[in-house]
Amino acid sequence: MRFDLPNGSSVQALENVSLNLKEGELLSVLGPSGCGKTTLLNIVAGFLAPTEGQIVLNGHHVTGPDAERGMVFQQGALFEWMNVRDNVSFGPRMRRQKPAQYDARVDHLLDVTGLHDFKDKAIYELSGGMQQRVALARCLANEPDVILMDEPLGALDALTREKMQGLVLKLWKETGRTIILITHSVEEALLLGERLLVMAPRPGRIHKEYNLPFAELGVGADLREVKKHPDYAKTREEILEMIWDMEEEIMGRAEVEQ
Amino acid sequence: MIGFIILFVYVAIFLLSFMAVRFLVQKTTRDFRSLKTVTFGDESAVTSNRIASIVSVLTIFLVWGTFTGSAWVPGFLHAPGPFVGDTSFTYTLETADGARDDATVYVHVADFGQGTEKFDVDPGEGIAKDDAVAMNASRSATILFDKNDEVSRRDGARVVAIDGVEIGPDTTIRADAGRFKLTDKGAISFTPPSGLQMEPIWLPPPEDVVSRVVEIADEGDRDSTLWRHLGYSLFRVIVGFIAGALLGIPLGYAMGLSDWFRGWFEPIVEFMRPVPPLALIPLVIIWFGIGETGKIILLFLASLWIMAIAARAGVSGVNISKVHAAYSLGASKYQIMRYVIMPNSLPEIFTGARVAMGVCWGTVVAAELVAASEGAGMMIMVASKFQLTDIVLMGIILIGIIGFGIDILMRKAESILVPWEGRS
Repeated sequence: MRFDLPNGSSVQALENVSLNLKEGELLSVLGPSGCGKTTLLNIVAGFLAPTEGQIVLNGHHVTGPDAERGMVFQQGALFEWMNVRDNVSFGPRMRRQKPAQYDARVDHLLDVTGLHDFKDKAIYELSGGMQQRVALARCLANEPDVILMDEPLGALDALTREKMQGLVLKLWKETGRTIILITHSVEEALLLGERLLVMAPRPGRIHKEYNLPFAELGVGADLREVKKHPDYAKTREEILEMIWDMEEEIMGRAEVEQ
Repeated sequence: MIGFIILFVYVAIFLLSFMAVRFLVQKTTRDFRSLKTVTFGDESAVTSNRIASIVSVLTIFLVWGTFTGSAWVPGFLHAPGPFVGDTSFTYTLETADGARDDATVYVHVADFGQGTEKFDVDPGEGIAKDDAVAMNASRSATILFDKNDEVSRRDGARVVAIDGVEIGPDTTIRADAGRFKLTDKGAISFTPPSGLQMEPIWLPPPEDVVSRVVEIADEGDRDSTLWRHLGYSLFRVIVGFIAGALLGIPLGYAMGLSDWFRGWFEPIVEFMRPVPPLALIPLVIIWFGIGETGKIILLFLASLWIMAIAARAGVSGVNISKVHAAYSLGASKYQIMRYVIMPNSLPEIFTGARVAMGVCWGTVVAAELVAASEGAGMMIMVASKFQLTDIVLMGIILIGIIGFGIDILMRKAESILVPWEGRS
């Protein structure tokens, strides 16, 4: 993926990124800022066309956004002019399903996400954590094959974030969806990533890949217990080291450029 | 002069009521704001003081009533009025050969707007004879004292003193009775004390304006009742605004969604937007005459660009995440338009509509001032030609009230239809 800039130069945002996801896999993508995580996600979602390479899902090429690839944004993507329930049932309604077809599913998702008592509330009456739960439920109500999450918990405070991580794991196990999750937080990537991809910047590329047991352990369990796992601290230190090195390299390069 | 006194009284009431309210009214509200210690510089801690608003409006009526001698304001608060009633003064006549004689001028001063009746007095003895003058308050009268005297100014007679005070061609005497001067031709110019009140022709008292409202509402003015005049103005504004919105909003959407539309219409919109609608009045009159068509087209043009720009801003203001989210939930282009872009642009469109309504209301009054057969602007323009100041004032007040009312209605509609504005 290359971006041509207005001044004639170009930025190689992604290079040689090749991935194969199995159905029901939870992949978390981690990397320092500017490593092309969001570009990758936008290409998978179909919002950007790659300059080279291709995305194949269910045996066909991805050329644009589609309901088979649901997206959860960091914030600001909910429809304020609809109440919680209308937001969640947006996808089915856009596909002209009858209420009878989606009512049970939507109600179940509202229950699971703990929004049942708030279904008639307006979006702006909810807290940030609740708004992200609506975004999750809205995405799941559409029954996508792949769920793309772009730092979905990035705007939440630490406590809400931990609760939401549990919810994401629970929903992942319950629905069996394939999830790609982008995050800044090493802990989050470790806890939620069945597979973890560390990316390096300039050009954006896959630096290292891990297969981790923590997501499986964390389903329905106390995430703080998972963090006591002996491998957890070790992997965390290893990844942090890696990212620190990359950040320092970027900083150093920026200083030299100046 | 009166202007400065009015300003002084106004500022004095402002300060006195401020201090009185500070001392007398305890802060009984105990909301969280009352606990803030830093209020100077914290805009959110400053709320409009309702008492101040009420006193402010009352003060305007009080000053208005005081300086017009209104019946609504108790008499002791009235500014000194002009002298009304009977007065007299004596003048000393000197003939060309040096003989002097005194005579008295009896003056009857009638109140504003009352007729003056001539009356006669006994001329008395001597060379100079007594005169009788009838005049109106706050006016000056030129007294041709020698009409009945035995010698006239043509014979070389002249006035040398008023009430025993020497007077010459360049001196002005200020006495209790009033102000005296000699005209170029030697006649006495007399001005009784005019007081501090405004004449009704400049500023009628409030009750006159109110009674004029009642009168015109019942009987009408120039073949049309008040409601007909206002109704015509409102009708033009509403039709012109709706026409402008019906074309302007889709145009703005198209400019926000298509590069061809934006490129095509941008020069036109950007050029027409800074042209004040008032500058189009002459052209509209030349093209469409002074009838309804021209006015509605003028208002249509006034609102069109504002609404187009508001709708375009509404489209540009949509968070791209919302559009991306809707696409990945399977929405079609039409559904994106209907369920995402249109509701998302509503706050901007309402802001534009409020601006457009304000501009339209101002433009219609101005257009009617220029030429119309009905309408609020035409009513005050014709009244001003006949110096019917009370109708002019009434018209201005009603135009203000209606403009304010329109804005309040738009805000109410906005808060009902766009409850999420500014809260996401």
